[in-house]
Amino acid sequence: MPAVAETLDTVQSVTEGTYKWGFETEIEMDFAPKGLNESTVRFISAQKKEPEWLLEWRLKAFATWQKMQEPRWPAVKYPPIDYQDAYYYAAPKKKDGPKSLDEVDPELLKTYAKLGIPLKEQAILAGVEGAGDSPSEGGRMPIAVDAVFDSVSVATSYKERLAKDGIIFCAISEAVHEHPELVKQYLGTVVPPGDNFYAALNSAVFTDGSFVYIPKGVRCPMELSTYFRINAKSTGQFERTLIIADEGAVVSYLEGCTAPMRDENQLHAAVVELVALDDSQIKYSTVQNWYPGDAEGRGGIYNFVTKRAQCRGKRSKVSWTQVETGSAITWKYPSCVLLGDDSVGEFYSVAITNNHQQADTGTKMIHVGKRTTSTIVSKGISAGKGQNTYRGLVRVAPTASGARNFTQCDSLLIGDQCGAHTVPYIENRNMSAKVEHEATTSRIAEDQLFYCRQRGLSEEDAVGLIVNGFCREVLKELPMEFAVEAQKLLQISLEGSVG
Amino acid sequence: MLRIEGLTAEVDGKPILKGIDLEVPTGEVHAIMGPNGSGKSTLSYVLAGREGYEVTGGSATLNGVDLLALEPEERAAAGVFLAFQYPVELPGVGNANFLRTALNAIRRGKGEAELDAMQFLKLARARLKELQMSEDMLKRGVNVGFSGGEKKRNEVLQMALLRPSLAILDETDSGLDIDALKIVADGVNALRAPDFAALVITHYQRLLDYIVPDKVHVLMQGRIVQTGGPELAKQLEASGYASVQAAA
Repeated sequence: MPAVAETLDTVQSVTEGTYKWGFETEIEMDFAPKGLNESTVRFISAQKKEPEWLLEWRLKAFATWQKMQEPRWPAVKYPPIDYQDAYYYAAPKKKDGPKSLDEVDPELLKTYAKLGIPLKEQAILAGVEGAGDSPSEGGRMPIAVDAVFDSVSVATSYKERLAKDGIIFCAISEAVHEHPELVKQYLGTVVPPGDNFYAALNSAVFTDGSFVYIPKGVRCPMELSTYFRINAKSTGQFERTLIIADEGAVVSYLEGCTAPMRDENQLHAAVVELVALDDSQIKYSTVQNWYPGDAEGRGGIYNFVTKRAQCRGKRSKVSWTQVETGSAITWKYPSCVLLGDDSVGEFYSVAITNNHQQADTGTKMIHVGKRTTSTIVSKGISAGKGQNTYRGLVRVAPTASGARNFTQCDSLLIGDQCGAHTVPYIENRNMSAKVEHEATTSRIAEDQLFYCRQRGLSEEDAVGLIVNGFCREVLKELPMEFAVEAQKLLQISLEGSVG
Repeated sequence: MLRIEGLTAEVDGKPILKGIDLEVPTGEVHAIMGPNGSGKSTLSYVLAGREGYEVTGGSATLNGVDLLALEPEERAAAGVFLAFQYPVELPGVGNANFLRTALNAIRRGKGEAELDAMQFLKLARARLKELQMSEDMLKRGVNVGFSGGEKKRNEVLQMALLRPSLAILDETDSGLDIDALKIVADGVNALRAPDFAALVITHYQRLLDYIVPDKVHVLMQGRIVQTGGPELAKQLEASGYASVQAAA
C-alpha cells in the first residue's frame, strides 16, 4: 500500500514524461562487422570460444532462419526491418580484471549508478573481485544479479554463495564451458531453433544471457535477476536464458531491461526456456522497460521475444508475471506446456501502450497432462495512440482429462485515439476439461477522475491510482521490491496521457 | 466564509444557474432545498470545479480565495469538500490507501507534513470510532461492493479525515435508511466548529431534523427565491415547493 504514495512522490519529482533511463554510456566496444551472414555466426561463436557442436547448432538455425518469413499475423505495423543494417555483436572492450572500484572503467560504474543498482552490487557488477561474498547486508534480502551489457554478460553476483547450495547462476556463455552437459541436454528443447522466425534468428546469433540450474530439492535462498541493457547504436540484442528447476526445486527469477533513447529502431529478439521437473516451481517476473520511442513514435525497441516453459514433471508449476511498459512494439507470448500430470501454469500480465506504442502479447497454455490447470490474468491499458492486443491460446489435448483453465482479460482505455483488442483462441479436445474466459473493456471514467481530484489528487496521480487499482491482481504477484518499481513505472509510462 | 455573488453557469450551453447570491459565514450550516432540476447539484459541481459545468458570470470565494480560478484539486486543498450524491467506485484501489493518498495530497497542498502509514492508521481508527464505523471500511476497495448507505458513510469518513473548511453535501440523504441518516448527520454535527461551514443540499426536510441548519435557502429555476430559518424547511415539507413558486 505505501507503494502508491511513493508512486505519487516519484512522479512529482519527474517534471515531464521523459524516459529517464535513456542515456548512453560512452565506452570502447568491440563490434562484429555489420550485417548478417554465415561468417557473422562464426564470428560470434569464435568470440565465445564455443565448442564445435554449438557452432553447428547455430549454423543449422541460421540456415533454417534464411528460409523463414517474418510473422505477419500480429496486429502491429512497422516498416520492413533490414537485417543487414545492424550489428549482431557488441561488447565492452575487456581490460585486465580491475581489482577495486577506482580501477573499473568509470563509465560502466556511472551506468550502473544511474540505473539504480545498489553500490554493493555495483562493485560486483563491474567485475571487482572479492566484493561479492557477503549476502544480506543490513538485513536487506540480497538479489543476485547477472548484468548483460549489449552482447555480453559483464558480471554475475553472489555466484559463490549460490554455489554452496549447488545452484548454478552464470552467463550462458560461461555455462557452455563450465556445464556443457546441462546446456547440451536442455538448450533448444523447449523452444526449438526452428520454432519461429525470431527464435531461429536468436538461435543463430544469440550472444549472452543467463543460465540457472537449481538442483534437486533446493529452494533458491535469494531472488535471481538479470538486468539487460542495450547501449550500442545500431545493435540488436539477442539474449538467451535457460532455467532448469530439478525435482522439488523452487526459484524466483526477475528480469529488467532498459535502453538509450535513439531515433532508430533497435531489435531485441530473446529466447527464454524454462524446464520444471517433478514438484518444482519457477516464478519468472519481468518488468520490461525498453525505450518506447518518443511521443511522435520515432525510435524505440522492437521487442520480439519467445518465452516458453515446459512443466515436464508431475505437480510442477511455472508462473509468468510480466509488466510491459516499454518498447515501440512488443510481440511476446510467455507460454506453458503442461506435460506433467497435475502441473500448473500461470500468466499474469500488465501491458501498457501509450503514444504510438503497439503491443501484441498474451500466452499459450498447452494442457497435455491429466488434471493440469492454468490461470491467465491479462490487464491491457491503452493511452494516447497506443494499440494493445491480447492474443492467447488455451489448448487441451485429448490426454488432458480434468484439465482446467480460467482466463480473465481486462482492457482499460484512456482517451479516444487508442485501441484494445482481445483475440482468445480455445481448442478443447477433451470433454472433461473446463475452460472459462471472461473479458471486460472499460474506460477511465470522468466521474472517477473528478472524484479523486475533489479529494485533492492531481489528474495524473488520479490516473496512476486508478491504473494501479486496475492492475492490482497482477502487481500482487510480483516480488515486493519489483512491485514498488512496477507501480512507479506504470504511472510514469502514462504521463501526458490525460488532459 | 463562502461568498457567492451573481453566479451564473451553464451545462451543454443550457443556462442552469441564473444568478446565485449566497453567503455562508464560517461556523454556520446552511441548507439548500429545491425541487428536482432547480440547479442544486449544478451548484455543488460548479463550486467543486467539475468539467462541463461552465461558469458564465459572477464569483465564488472561500475565505477570500477565488475558487473559480482553481483546479478541482486546488479547491480541495483550499478546504472544499464535496460529499457526492453518487460516490464513485474505484476497483482495486484500497480504501485506506485512497484515504491516505487524499489526506496527504491535501496536507501537501496546505504545506503540512504528510502522514506515514502508521500515523494515518492511528488517525483513521480514531475517526472510525467517533463515527461508530467498522475498521473493515479501510480494508475494502473504494466504494466497491458498498451498499448505498455504506457509500455515504464512506463519504462522511473521508470528510472527517480531511477536515474541510467547507463541506458541501449533495443529497447525501438520498437512499438512506434512518440509521444511516443519523450516522451521516452525526458526522456533520461532529465537525461543527467555528472554522467549519457546511452547505447541505437536500430534497427533503428529513435530514434537517438531524442536522439543524442555521439557515435554509430555497433554490428554484437557478435562483435562490427564499431564505429563512429551520422552520422554512418544515413549512416546505407541509405545503410543497408549489407554494414557494406561487409566492415567487
